[in-house]
Amino acid sequence: MTKRSSWALPYAIFLVLFVALPLILIMVYAFQDGSGNFTFGNFTKFFKDADAIGTFALSLEVAIETTAVCILLGYPAAWILANRKLNKSAVTIVLFIMPMWINALMRTLATAELFHVLGVQLGKGTLLIGMVYDYLPFMIYPIYNILNKMDKSYAEAARDLGATPWQVFWKVQVPLSMPGIISGVMMVFMPTVSTFAISEFLTNNKIKLFGTIIQENINSSMWNYGAALSLVMLVIIGITSLLQDNKKEVSGGTV
Amino acid sequence: MKNKDYIIEFRNISKSFGEKCILDDISFYVKKGEFITLLGPSGCGKTTLLRLLGGFGNPDKGEILINGENITDIPAHQRPVNTVFQRYALFPHLDVYENIAFGLKLQKVPTDEIDKRVRKVLKMVSMTDYEDRDVESLSGGQQQRVAIARAIVNQPKVLLLDEPLAALDLKMRKDMQIELKEMHRKLGITFIYVTHDQEEALTLSDTIVVMNEGKIQQIGTPTDIYNEPQNSFVADFIGESNILNGKMVRDKLVEFVGHEFECVDEGFGENVDVDVVVRPEDIYIMNRTEGAQFTGKVKSCTFKGVHYEMFVDTESGYELMIQDYNAFEPEAEVGLIIRPADIQVMKKERTCNTFEAEIVDENHVKFFDETFECKPQDKFAAGEKVKVEVKFQKVELIDHPEEGMLSGEVHFLLYKGDHYHLTVKTDEGYHIWVDTNDIWDKGDLVGINIAPKDIKIVKCDD
Repeated sequence: MTKRSSWALPYAIFLVLFVALPLILIMVYAFQDGSGNFTFGNFTKFFKDADAIGTFALSLEVAIETTAVCILLGYPAAWILANRKLNKSAVTIVLFIMPMWINALMRTLATAELFHVLGVQLGKGTLLIGMVYDYLPFMIYPIYNILNKMDKSYAEAARDLGATPWQVFWKVQVPLSMPGIISGVMMVFMPTVSTFAISEFLTNNKIKLFGTIIQENINSSMWNYGAALSLVMLVIIGITSLLQDNKKEVSGGTV
Repeated sequence: MKNKDYIIEFRNISKSFGEKCILDDISFYVKKGEFITLLGPSGCGKTTLLRLLGGFGNPDKGEILINGENITDIPAHQRPVNTVFQRYALFPHLDVYENIAFGLKLQKVPTDEIDKRVRKVLKMVSMTDYEDRDVESLSGGQQQRVAIARAIVNQPKVLLLDEPLAALDLKMRKDMQIELKEMHRKLGITFIYVTHDQEEALTLSDTIVVMNEGKIQQIGTPTDIYNEPQNSFVADFIGESNILNGKMVRDKLVEFVGHEFECVDEGFGENVDVDVVVRPEDIYIMNRTEGAQFTGKVKSCTFKGVHYEMFVDTESGYELMIQDYNAFEPEAEVGLIIRPADIQVMKKERTCNTFEAEIVDENHVKFFDETFECKPQDKFAAGEKVKVEVKFQKVELIDHPEEGMLSGEVHFLLYKGDHYHLTVKTDEGYHIWVDTNDIWDKGDLVGINIAPKDIKIVKCDD
């Protein structure tokens, strides 16, 4: 081992202890029953349990809806922020990004309190609002970044070739900002599909998400079933990140 | 006036960005089918002018006409022009074929027609078989070709080219120049080309528009511009030249470097100060000194490939640049001859500095927002508007800007054989012209002083 590569050792130890080992443990637990025998039982239990499947589907639905709303709200916001004619000061960008500086749990608690003061009935609506509020900056920032760095000459070339401002937007700016959108989707979808705290606070535990079920199982010492559910979620998240890698290659890796 | 030979007319175009005036009352026209080049140093406004034509930005004043129709307020996407951008601006998310077809698809041209036209232009730019390539995998020269193809496939009336060859290496640039010229001939459309490379402009153009500091310096054919520059800026910018102070003795007789020469110019008047331009290849150099118009001693001799470049000190104290196929060793005594037709005489833009000023009291005068001491005078009353004249050689430049009455920056310099003629721009944006034997560089920060005895106050004539 050369001198320089030994600098990586602390990180290697960190990765083994806090990433690789826990993952292996989840795998091992997921395929064991309570007494340590190998089994697929945990998975068959999940796929036969209509309640669990329903919660799983609801989690996916909430995550997809949150992500979609975040794109619809975040893209125009990022576009305005990156447009120097509309936004002349850096202060507005900081204002948009500032919620990221505050702990998500505190923001969620504050939101719940706000709904309480306003007398809004907690439910799926408040859950969505809270999720979007929490994760919108994570959508805006990567899109803003890519729009801000985008060479203006692409838009000019498109206009020169006869594109109306609307066509310039759809045929050039949106496709070229895809890497930013995908980063945003990853940063919003992944945490929303696995969250449990937000639904707990913003629906008063009326709506259970997949994360909630995992948490409940593990809290009540159902380690093996909890591990199996975690593995299912990991696979879902893994699939989403595969999507990003493929897209990156297509667009020439411009992030 | 409407002339159907003119495809484009610029009328009194002015444009400023903030305080800085980029284009100052530009007017000229472009003939149909012409290859016209906007030539000038960086920052002269040539790219801004091209962008105004493309529809990127609006002039503050003036109008632009295409085919007699005012298009000043028409947005970029509706103008019958297409642009080849400096950095190509090919869409990275589309392949070569899709890039070229982009404009046609927007126009809803039928697919088979698009296919035909794309293949035709690909052939024209020698890029057949590259349809499916990712544009980012292409070399600079290939991207350049795709950019040209993407523009001409739309069959614009005018093709705008913004320094399209600037990013290519010399060999490739030469090849592309020939191809562009050929393409212009085949397409028969008007090309408007922007470059800072005078050689490129001379090679390609039917007409050259020389620009500097937002103003047109000269419009003409390449030979006109080269052989008969209208002012010292054009003479200096286009090719190599000896620019010298001279005096028109009478018609067809001019004096410079301490000798009188026959020339072909007339109509300047008698004993009028002029600028004289002699191209280095137009001075005949020979070994013997008898029969020569004047003589000198070779100072240096450098081989330049096709010719030798020599600097010769004349016995009257001027330094001339001479290019010849024969080499003459340093220290050699040589005879020199200049033929009448090779002497280009230009009217001087100014013979001394003239500033608008205001009298403060009998020995102070104010100009450039600064009060200067002058010789005591009683001809003008305090507060009176006057003009101040200062000879070029009486303006003193010093190294430390803070020690001068005014401070500024050397903006432009011209070697005149025995001295430098500098344009100094003060911090407030005024121009002062200075003759000096000291060597300054462009961009040097200087202090400017004028001695009281050198400030001449004259009456305002208007």
